[in-house]
Amino acid sequence: MSSSIFRKFALATVGASLVIGSSVATADTKLIGSGASFPFPIYSKWFKDFSKASDGVRVDYQAKGSGAGIQDLVNGTVDFAASDAAMNAEEMSKVDKGVVLLPLTAGEVVLAYNLDGVDELNLPRDVYPQIFTGEITQWNDEAIVAANPDAELPDEQITVVVRSDSSGTTHVFTGHLSEVSDDFKSTIGQGKSPQWPQTQSFIKAPKNDGITATIKQTPGAIGYIEYGYAKLTGATTARLENAAGNYIAAGAESGAAALASAEFSDATLPESEVPDLISWIYDPAGEQAYPIASFTWLLAYKEQDDEKAAVIRDFVEYAITEGQKSSDELGYIPLPESVIERVRNAATFIQ
Amino acid sequence: MARHQFNISRSADSVSAPPSSRELTTDTVFRGIAWICASLIIVLTACLLFKIGAQAVPAIRQHGLGFIFGTTWDVSRETFGVLPEIWGTLYSSFLALLIGGSFGVAIAIFLTQEFISPRLAAIFRTIVEMLAAIPSVVYGLWGIYVVIPMLRPISEFLNAWLGWFPMFSTDLAGPGLAPAALVLAIMILPTVAAISVDAMRRIPYKVKEAAYGMGTTRWEAILKVMLPTASSGILAALVLGFGRALGETMALAMLIGNSNQINLSLFAPANTLASLLASSFPEAGQIEVQALMYAALVLLAITFLVNVGGLAIQQYTVRKFEGKR
Repeated sequence: MSSSIFRKFALATVGASLVIGSSVATADTKLIGSGASFPFPIYSKWFKDFSKASDGVRVDYQAKGSGAGIQDLVNGTVDFAASDAAMNAEEMSKVDKGVVLLPLTAGEVVLAYNLDGVDELNLPRDVYPQIFTGEITQWNDEAIVAANPDAELPDEQITVVVRSDSSGTTHVFTGHLSEVSDDFKSTIGQGKSPQWPQTQSFIKAPKNDGITATIKQTPGAIGYIEYGYAKLTGATTARLENAAGNYIAAGAESGAAALASAEFSDATLPESEVPDLISWIYDPAGEQAYPIASFTWLLAYKEQDDEKAAVIRDFVEYAITEGQKSSDELGYIPLPESVIERVRNAATFIQ
Repeated sequence: MARHQFNISRSADSVSAPPSSRELTTDTVFRGIAWICASLIIVLTACLLFKIGAQAVPAIRQHGLGFIFGTTWDVSRETFGVLPEIWGTLYSSFLALLIGGSFGVAIAIFLTQEFISPRLAAIFRTIVEMLAAIPSVVYGLWGIYVVIPMLRPISEFLNAWLGWFPMFSTDLAGPGLAPAALVLAIMILPTVAAISVDAMRRIPYKVKEAAYGMGTTRWEAILKVMLPTASSGILAALVLGFGRALGETMALAMLIGNSNQINLSLFAPANTLASLLASSFPEAGQIEVQALMYAALVLLAITFLVNVGGLAIQQYTVRKFEGKR
């Protein structure tokens, strides 16, 4: 019963906010945000288009990184923030005005590699975690050869490229590896900047583009990047074995299949009545699901002045309707309908 | 008595006159401004130290000296250690100084000891100094796209034939110490060359004439007379170059591989303090920021020690080669 009331309330508020939005637009509202760099390409497109659609609203977003975005939100120097690693309970408790977390888009993490003459590569579930723990060190390792009978794998050392900066992408990637492999979990574990094996075959590069450039310049290299960057630069990526045992390439469909197994609880955020929309898909179950996918969140205050609240609600509505259409071309995954409904409902708590 | 003389010269209607009150005020004001500017530099340094120090205090208290000897940097487990970074900073800077320093001094000799016409020397000098104007990022990109592919076959050859020698014990996969040190050497070259040229030029011409007059050959004159005479200036150039190499960030972050390990091999990836700071700061949480501040303090201490050490050696050579002052 309560959910249907919620829905009516949500629709009413959204309708009202659209009306308010158009009147607010003349007031030259300006929003300042900061945070994750992973959704930056799609966010900046949204901000530009949203600004055009609601003339007068300006949004400045700085892609400083998830951690810095959360810090800014806690310090109250921004109107909203963005994070790939959501927020933990301790961080949320530091925000006096309360927070609303909304998943606005999702992405995949792919393994890009550089091997001359090998255009297709299958990596089994027990193999790719071992590459990142430093146990498998040669491209012609039996386990890799067994999964790729047709490929000519060279007798070459695997150079593993990881992020030198702390990053949400690393958080998602190591989360998946920890889920799949107990060995990875105990030796390295999940983190935004974990301690990788200290051997000379591990190299660190800054940001997604740094890793992409290093892989392209290093024969025998493998590394993890956001699907969007791989798509943009045309990097060769491996097909990964998912929980169902199929080798899946990253893409819009396999990504959507991964999101389909996301489970949202009906619980609320700690000490708040805002629905908890934090969900991790560390190992999606679907037949055709790509194994490494994750949402990325917009973090807004629960309470702020009416004008800004209205604009943020407008923006969220824009992002989950019109905005989702540009997901695919930029390498992101469109949100499933069920998630959009939940986001719309949660957005009404931004007041 | 001085006043008396002023009066006399004035009465004699000469061109000299005692300073007017306006000139005296200008002098006092200028003196004041100079004092303020000079002390501001000291205040600024003190502020910087205080700010970084204050933020590093929690990390210093928690990790103590273990921070300097630790080899792990794991944010999620809150273990921080910078020994690999200290090693990488010193090793890469030392290699850069070895290459950039010898080339820099050689260029200085070439440009000042009449090997080529003065006009040509001026052109050469401008070109060398132009190297200093190239942004760090451009050096980094050049390193990635030119130096690393160029070094790769050399490293494979050296590793295959001389692999028993610790400095060649690995081959170069991608980024690593050798390309970083090489690019760093080119970056400090203009500093070393320009200051060494100045030092060589400051030698009075009669010193050279005297050397030739005593029947020395050109090389004897350069190696036994000119270089020792200019040694304090050349040492200053090397110290400045080393300091620059210690603090260089962007190009190194792109080329060195940022790997926390201590390895003698020239072709293994390593890490430096400046590169660690640059790559970790943007996403660091509160606890990591404190550890990073501690690392910054360590870097400051290293540069300070290098400068003081360099100064001491310089004083020593001044006494030895240029007579007491």
